[in-house]
Amino acid sequence: MHWSEYLLPLTEGAWVTVQLTVYSTILGGVLAFVFGIGKLSSNLAIKSVSVGYIEVFRGTSLLVQLFWLYFALPLAGMAIGIDLRLPPVVAGVLALGLNIGAYGAEVVRGAIQSVHQNQREAARALNFTPRQTLFNIVIPQAIPEMMPSFGNLAVQNLKDTALVSLISLGDLTFRAEQIRNFTQDSTTIYTLLLLMYFGMAVVLTIIMRIVERFAGRWRMAGS
Amino acid sequence: MTDAIIRFDKVVKRFGDLTVLDELDFEVKKGEKVSIIGPSGSGKSTVLRILMTLEGIDGGVVYVDGEPLWHELREGALLPAGEGHLRRMRSKLGMVFQQFNLFPHMTVMRNITEAPVKVLGLSRKDAHLRAEELLDLVGLADQAKKFPHQLSGGQQQRVGIARALAMRPSILLFDEPTSALDPELVGEVLTVIGRLAEEHDLTMLLVTHEMRFAREISDRVCFFDRGQIREEGTPEELFTDPSEDRTREFLKAILD
Amino acid sequence: MLFGFEWDLTNPLNFAISILPILLVGMWVTIQATVLGFFVALVLGLVLAVLKSAQSRFVAWPAKLVTEFIRDTPLLVQLFFLYYVLPEYGIVLPAFMTGALALGIQYSAYTSEVYRAGIEAVGKDQREAARALNLSAANTFTHIVVPQAVPRIVPAMGNYLVSIMKDVPVLSVVTVLEMLNVAKIIGDRTFDYLVPLSLVGCLYLIMTLVASAGVRVLDTHLPKQGLPLK
Repeated sequence: MHWSEYLLPLTEGAWVTVQLTVYSTILGGVLAFVFGIGKLSSNLAIKSVSVGYIEVFRGTSLLVQLFWLYFALPLAGMAIGIDLRLPPVVAGVLALGLNIGAYGAEVVRGAIQSVHQNQREAARALNFTPRQTLFNIVIPQAIPEMMPSFGNLAVQNLKDTALVSLISLGDLTFRAEQIRNFTQDSTTIYTLLLLMYFGMAVVLTIIMRIVERFAGRWRMAGS
Repeated sequence: MTDAIIRFDKVVKRFGDLTVLDELDFEVKKGEKVSIIGPSGSGKSTVLRILMTLEGIDGGVVYVDGEPLWHELREGALLPAGEGHLRRMRSKLGMVFQQFNLFPHMTVMRNITEAPVKVLGLSRKDAHLRAEELLDLVGLADQAKKFPHQLSGGQQQRVGIARALAMRPSILLFDEPTSALDPELVGEVLTVIGRLAEEHDLTMLLVTHEMRFAREISDRVCFFDRGQIREEGTPEELFTDPSEDRTREFLKAILD
Repeated sequence: MLFGFEWDLTNPLNFAISILPILLVGMWVTIQATVLGFFVALVLGLVLAVLKSAQSRFVAWPAKLVTEFIRDTPLLVQLFFLYYVLPEYGIVLPAFMTGALALGIQYSAYTSEVYRAGIEAVGKDQREAARALNLSAANTFTHIVVPQAVPRIVPAMGNYLVSIMKDVPVLSVVTVLEMLNVAKIIGDRTFDYLVPLSLVGCLYLIMTLVASAGVRVLDTHLPKQGLPLK
């Protein structure tokens, strides 16, 4: 088998990796905002749930979380009579999203807290409600602060998708493993694999930079 | 006095062990322009921040328009006010901040129209028309589309004044509005404030270090020291013939 | 039975108690892999940091590319690469060593940045002051730069130690019997994954909380102005 013949199955796998990255990053982004804001809530119940989520998913290993969702959750479901068997794609997206969301939540919290107290005072003097202050004044200013960290987390997430191959999801790494088992041509396959991940990470980094500029465009206006 | 629009009745404010306002009694009449002067740390800004509901109080009662600001009358007792009461009271006041506190992610126009639209429920169009008038008033009609960081400090502060006025407050508070400005930019801001004082029946309360300006525009000047008003009077009385030693020392130090 | 311990499947609690010693054996492997991987990351990261700051761009530029490449590719794939490719060139390492090496390589990309940032944070004015006093370059580095950089570097390194700990389960794919792999084996044999995997989650939580607390203590006790020289 010539190495160029590896490219088709690897590209198919890469497409799965791209989809996994996109879906789990979006899920993670939503969770990051929900629980990052939740951690700053004055409501004790919301605050505790948010802190609990963040601590559990940052404090344990992603692979443990993935295995737990894929192998243990169905058994937990059985014990209470619900079918919680997840298809590998769902378990994968869920584990990746939950994990990256917990890290993202800390980014969101930090960025919100970094918005100067002056801004909240001005909003209060203009009689904005706390909710209006958060969504119209504070968060729009916090988002550009979050973007560099979100860019790093997105690349981290792309790399983490490789782990879903361990629950037999046909991503890039999984396809590479299949070919290696068949051809035993380890050097070529893994070199290709590393280069493909690197290429995807570079593209993702560029995309995140563009998003970052877009989110912070008011900072650059006219200068 | 029944025509007092602002009245502090034995108001106490502490920060930890430090007593910033020590049973302060203080009144401002409707339409009056009052300047508060005094050394830094004397509690002058705290008076404004309490009125704007940015700081709570630890004792006494503050009345605005005859109603307690920080309290609500419920079942015959004065109880700490809820957010609803504070929101209603807050709508009578506006504030111009030392650091301008403009919203950096909004254009000048948006800075001025955001609160009228979101809080007062004005249509974008009406808010826009009103904002144009106000920008004209502060001499920035051609800067509406710019972002705050594209303006000079003096221009930013004039936007800050327009933004506060857009909420149609009956009382306008100025917290050292020119302290953060380069000396050459102070004049343009003072001109705008002076014009407001002359042409409008707004009640104005101004904390400032600009003695000459305080003298020109004020009906009354209060000298603040250690949480109390040491001396007050017309600008003429206070600046030319202060009766207290502390006032004289302060004026001497600052005017030299 | 695993490592000489029997499990007791009568009820979940007894099961959990009976497999705890087995998981602790796995935890010990996890800790060893963490420490060894961390050590490799510290050394390799320092090498990369020095190369990246080299005057010659023929040295600095490739070092930057290598760092970027390591940072942008998954640990799992790097591990596969080492595990399957090195033997083809006659380098045969035990799985545990290969795993620790992979962890060290992956994290060297991050630690090299910590060194760089820590050293750069000691400002130019400090270096200029040292030059004005006519200190030699070596003296400036060991007596001015390093003592001030260490308090910034150590806590950041501590955080990566915790991250490495959380990545050790990846080593299970090359048969390293760390904690998750042990739990998975118990699950495979008893058909009960819930108890062992949940227990691993709890043990991880404890390990990272303890380690993070340790980092925080270290952080608060390091003098922010730099290590005192008397």
